[in-house]
Amino acid sequence: MYKYDDYDQQIVDERVLQFKDQTRRFLAGVLPEEEFLPLRLQNGLYVQRFAPMLRIAIPYGMVSSTQMRKLAHIARRYDKGYVHFTTRQNLQLNWPRLEEVPEILAALASVQMHAIQTSGNCIRNTTTDQFAGVAHDEIIDPRPWCEIIRQWSTLHPEFAYLPRKFKIAVCSSEQDRAATQVHDIGIHAFLNENNNVRFKILAGGGLGRTPMVGSVIKPSLEPEHLLSYLDAVLRVYNRYGRRDNKYKARIKILIKALTPEVFADKVETEWSYLKETAARLPHQEIDRVQSFFSEPDYEELTNINLTDLALSAEPDFQLWLRRNVHPHKKPGYSAVTLTLKATADAPGDASAEQLEAISDLADQFSFGELRVSHEQNLIFADVPQNRLHELWLKLRPLNLATPNQGLLTDMICCPGGDFCALANARSIPLAKSIQRRFDNIDFLHDIGELDLNISGCMNACAHHHVGHIGILGVDRKGEEYYQVQVGGASGHDASLGKILGPSFKMDEVPDVIDKILRTYVELRTPEERFIDTCRRVGVQPFKEKVYAKVA
Amino acid sequence: MPKLLKDQQIRNDDFQIRQQGPKEPFLPEGNVLLHVSSIVHAIKANGQHKGQVGIWFDSSDEPETVTHTLNQFPVIAVNFPGFFDGRGYSLARLLRERWDYQGDLRAIGDILVDQLYYLKRCGFSSFRLREDQNPDYALAALTTFSGNYQTAADQSIPVYRLRHQL
Ligand code: HEM
Ligand code: SF4
Repeated sequence: MYKYDDYDQQIVDERVLQFKDQTRRFLAGVLPEEEFLPLRLQNGLYVQRFAPMLRIAIPYGMVSSTQMRKLAHIARRYDKGYVHFTTRQNLQLNWPRLEEVPEILAALASVQMHAIQTSGNCIRNTTTDQFAGVAHDEIIDPRPWCEIIRQWSTLHPEFAYLPRKFKIAVCSSEQDRAATQVHDIGIHAFLNENNNVRFKILAGGGLGRTPMVGSVIKPSLEPEHLLSYLDAVLRVYNRYGRRDNKYKARIKILIKALTPEVFADKVETEWSYLKETAARLPHQEIDRVQSFFSEPDYEELTNINLTDLALSAEPDFQLWLRRNVHPHKKPGYSAVTLTLKATADAPGDASAEQLEAISDLADQFSFGELRVSHEQNLIFADVPQNRLHELWLKLRPLNLATPNQGLLTDMICCPGGDFCALANARSIPLAKSIQRRFDNIDFLHDIGELDLNISGCMNACAHHHVGHIGILGVDRKGEEYYQVQVGGASGHDASLGKILGPSFKMDEVPDVIDKILRTYVELRTPEERFIDTCRRVGVQPFKEKVYAKVA
Repeated sequence: MPKLLKDQQIRNDDFQIRQQGPKEPFLPEGNVLLHVSSIVHAIKANGQHKGQVGIWFDSSDEPETVTHTLNQFPVIAVNFPGFFDGRGYSLARLLRERWDYQGDLRAIGDILVDQLYYLKRCGFSSFRLREDQNPDYALAALTTFSGNYQTAADQSIPVYRLRHQL
């Protein structure tokens, strides 16, 4: 994992002092609210329905047990004893006090963490695959590149006041687990015919009001030019992105207006001036950052037959092995997902006690490191297979062994009307009622892989457009209603879902989902996942079933 | 008179800024900044006028067509209609790095203490502060950070080169 040197530490420490002074001036009435606003946003601080909300960066989802213990401490000391993990591999505190935020930031800096640029119209936290470094289908490790991008984007003087927020995701495996096609910039690493690392650059993806899948603007980029190329993209966007209407201000609108080809040309021209400047990355720095992501001290192990292992133990353990244990590039090791989706917990929430227990387990089972996934779960990346059962036994009493990774109840859900001032409708109570309705684990396993995403409004914080089933909160004459769509997906084969028809009341939604699932069960071929059936048959059969008049 | 932060000092900014207009601009006595749409007049007046003549760009202007004339002017200004309009940061870097402007590059308009550090990094050498800004805070703001992660238009060597003594 990356470790700060004196330069990194000093920048973060000086940022804390800067914000402390800005907060002091705001509280003293010297700095007006509208001028403090972008400053606090760029330090992670929103002001929400009931209280401020602080979003803390977990760069590309990597966090150590030491950092996690500090987060637990912060949750207890400055908040109500729990935290919320987001779809951008970040963490949110829902109840901090504005006066105490500089103190929280100082506590974070003491463990090499920060909240810089976690909101506001600037370059946000760069995200990647939660299985980076251990995935069996990985081409290169994306994390050094994420760290290089993190440093470049941090306090970038030219791009702090963009037309709108800007999100970058990196993927370097066969399967895209970082939703790169729906980011402002998606970076795909690959090896060219001479086995050299190259990046394919996509731009203009995004969800929100106008969901779009990104276009390739550069098929092959040499790594040492990554930062100058990003500078060029951002500069074209900064100068020409719309600033008159915040709903049309994302880069996707600019690229659509210009066409991807014209946009790519403009970037190319800009880049031709930048590429041979000091913005070119020295190979020493690439080597240095890569050295932090070398392999941990793996033991020499051989793969265990997981089917045999499953048969030797409890049935619940079998289910967990099937769903929550993932292949690993090292023989004898597996990656394990702890879903933060137990029935009756808000999706993505974890208590301070859970965080501490998880930190201890990370030390015992996974080299003291954890990952946060964009599905709002936590991951132990390096667990020896011969200790999986032991780990499972320890996770169970913590309510962290729910065997539902990738299943219906492992849903992605935004804070919605319970916390968010922009919401049309609540999402957490709906998530809970769906979890309660579908808590038969055998049924869930029979349905198999299914992404359910719930957003409380069209800002799409829960990526409902790319859920296999997506639910969107809408406002109908002041009442909460939910629109349902099917057929979205977020991987390499990203697609946007199609709306079924008129929206539903909250208590109708579990029935609607039940009908959708039954339609799938009737129509599927033995090999088909839910999304495959959707693609083959289209939305019509689902529509007919859901809106059929009761005879 | 508005305050100008330049060369670590606060002084009065005696430049008069002429707004964009359709007609030949009237040049008052003393130092003056004309909008780039009057650049022909500015070039003519330069050297004959009593006082310095500079030009200013608004955040939506495109300096691309006048780049060869820039170094005739001792002062070029970029206007920030609102502090959240970030286009001026890119314009400044272009003026300095691409078009090699050597004179005094001035930030004008909604210039607040909390943006000065980034403005400086993008190549501005003087800052016409909004009237309500505290000059002492402004001076301090220029040295908020002692290291930087990126190259920009200032002299600062980015951390990724410093680390390797490049
Ligand atoms: C309660 C506080 C929150 C507020 C006020 C909020 C607000 C917003 C807004 C206004 C947008 C749309 C921006 C645009 O389209 O330009 C947005 C997008 C987004 N939010 Fe949130 N959000 C909140 C919490 C969250 C949480 C908890 C998550 C994670 C679970 C999240 C994840 C996202 C993501 C991933 C997007 C990007 C969608 C896209 O690609 O366009 N947000 N948010
Ligand atoms: S999707 Fe809407 S309701 Fe949900 S968190 Fe985002 S802005 Fe709030």
